[in-house]
Amino acid sequence: MAKLSLLLLLVLVVCALGLVTSQHKARKLFTELERAQARARELDVEYGKLQLEASTWGLHTRVEKVATGTLGMRTPDARRVRVVSREAAP
Amino acid sequence: MSAAAALVRLPVWRARMVMCALLAAFAVLAGRSLYLQSMRTDFLQEKGEARYSRVLQILGTRGRILDRNGEALAISTPVQSVWAIPGDVEATPAQLKKLAGLLGAEPLELRKKLADRSRDFVYLKRQISPEQAAQVARLALPGIYQHGEYRRYYPGGEVTAHVVGFTGVDEAGQEGIELASQATLGGVPGSRRVIKDRLGRVVEDVESIRAAQDGQDLTLAIDGKIQSLAFAALKSAVAAHKAKAGALVAIDVRTGEVLALANLPSFNPNNRARLSGAQLRNRVLTDVFEPGSTLKPFTVALGLESGKVTPSSAIHIGASGLRIANYTIHDPHPQATLSLAQVIQKSSNVGAARIALALHRDDLWQLFHNAGFGVPPQLGFPGEAAGKLRPASTWRPVEQATMAYGHGISVSLMQLARAYTMFARDGELIPVTLLKSPQTAPGTRVLSARTARDVRAMLELAVQPGGTAPRARIMGWRVAGKTGTAHKQENGGYAADRYIASFVGLAPASNPRLVIAVMIDEPSAGQYYGGVVAAPVFAQVAQGALRLLGVPHDAPPEPVPLPGEGEEAREST
Repeated sequence: MAKLSLLLLLVLVVCALGLVTSQHKARKLFTELERAQARARELDVEYGKLQLEASTWGLHTRVEKVATGTLGMRTPDARRVRVVSREAAP
Repeated sequence: MSAAAALVRLPVWRARMVMCALLAAFAVLAGRSLYLQSMRTDFLQEKGEARYSRVLQILGTRGRILDRNGEALAISTPVQSVWAIPGDVEATPAQLKKLAGLLGAEPLELRKKLADRSRDFVYLKRQISPEQAAQVARLALPGIYQHGEYRRYYPGGEVTAHVVGFTGVDEAGQEGIELASQATLGGVPGSRRVIKDRLGRVVEDVESIRAAQDGQDLTLAIDGKIQSLAFAALKSAVAAHKAKAGALVAIDVRTGEVLALANLPSFNPNNRARLSGAQLRNRVLTDVFEPGSTLKPFTVALGLESGKVTPSSAIHIGASGLRIANYTIHDPHPQATLSLAQVIQKSSNVGAARIALALHRDDLWQLFHNAGFGVPPQLGFPGEAAGKLRPASTWRPVEQATMAYGHGISVSLMQLARAYTMFARDGELIPVTLLKSPQTAPGTRVLSARTARDVRAMLELAVQPGGTAPRARIMGWRVAGKTGTAHKQENGGYAADRYIASFVGLAPASNPRLVIAVMIDEPSAGQYYGGVVAAPVFAQVAQGALRLLGVPHDAPPEPVPLPGEGEEAREST
């Protein structure tokens, strides 16, 4: 009887310790999750900002202005354009 | 001793009574605890949880709106909104001043908002950038809080404003595609239950009640490059002719996709303070006007279809005009007769009226109805106009004649452009769409292929020297089209000196790929003919768009000689 009690006590202690460790692990993982989520939010903010930036730099009016103004480019007139259709290409 | 003992001896019942009372008290306690534990346990647990568990809302992002090449036309980015519980705010005047500075508000205004201590929620500033929000958080003022929101940005600005529309402060669509596709674009917010500690930090995630759903991205048929080209061309034409407004729509004939849709005056959807109704109007879809001569090709097509006329028919014009009842239709063309092609080429009112009078009015009504006039074009866009096409039984003969050249009927520019797809697609009318759908659109046959080709050949004559719109020609491709110049309607009559100039064209004429319709409202810099005001806009847009779409040339690429001042055929208005 005493032996059994001792054994059960031991099992109880092991279980209790296990509970403490898993709780601790859960807390630690949770803070990690929180940190990752905060980072995800930050990246989300940055992604939005970069998207806006990309579309602002890529505005057609701006591209046109830079191409004609700064780079001295111009649209070739129709005499200098040859359209090759996909079917006709070898 | 015994006497003393006898003296203090208490009656036995008293001890028993105390014991019973104590037992009874215990019984009450046990009963109460049994009651709380078994009967009211749910309620109590809920109350306990409410002390530390909170339900947080998770936002769903609104979907982006993209053009056909994947360039963003509307994006949501996270922002913060700052709010306060006025009763809890403790701040020195210096701190308040700093806060006002960060929020870009007047300190006085801020103090007024915080003065009403009975309120327990007041927005101090909505939608500030994450950087500003971080600075506000660093002030660490008690009673001042923030929560995340999304704000919509429109990189295209005024160029795409009318198609895309905009959302309100709560990200619900209010205009344009934003409103029409609210169900697809809108995100669904979710929520989760968490445990918070005394300081309000989340310490444990209990459960996810509902996952947030992000809205879906939407790809429009609009081509950003053609759109900005169209907007620029329209803008310079509206400015050059001192016009009140202008509109343009370009349709891909193969798929029925709307490649460009521009309106002027426009607005900046990112900053909507001081907006006027005129700026907001999407004239292509919601405004109707009397189209004038751009309707003549339909009359001629029906004439051909019914066999009443052939491409070689000669039509009597006469110098004195055509008299019906007590109304005379005038024509500025001195010739006694015109060929059928010349009726289109020179835009003769008398010619079109004579053809219409030879036809049955029900047939004419049926063709206009088949062309989509009088019914909304069903793009799923808010506020699409149906225009006005009266039942044929109410037409008087003079109306049947004027209807032939586009008077007494009203259409939107979109309806007009769509109706012209029947000439571009060899007699088939196609449905149009604002969403990208690259497969060939199934058409409904309205005219025979032969009639459609004959009319197209006549429309090509109209842009040749001697026609009404030589300025519509471009280098490298053949084009076809028809001008329209109509007096504006007002107070039930026609305004003598105010016009709507329009042009609807197809390009390339040999195998059409594009239908482009242009409308300029009240050009008031002297010129008002469709061939002078609207046709050059068509030419500019068609030239650029055909190159961007990689359409093979069907004409030798030689510079097109521009006609001299006033050399084009005069259109009757």
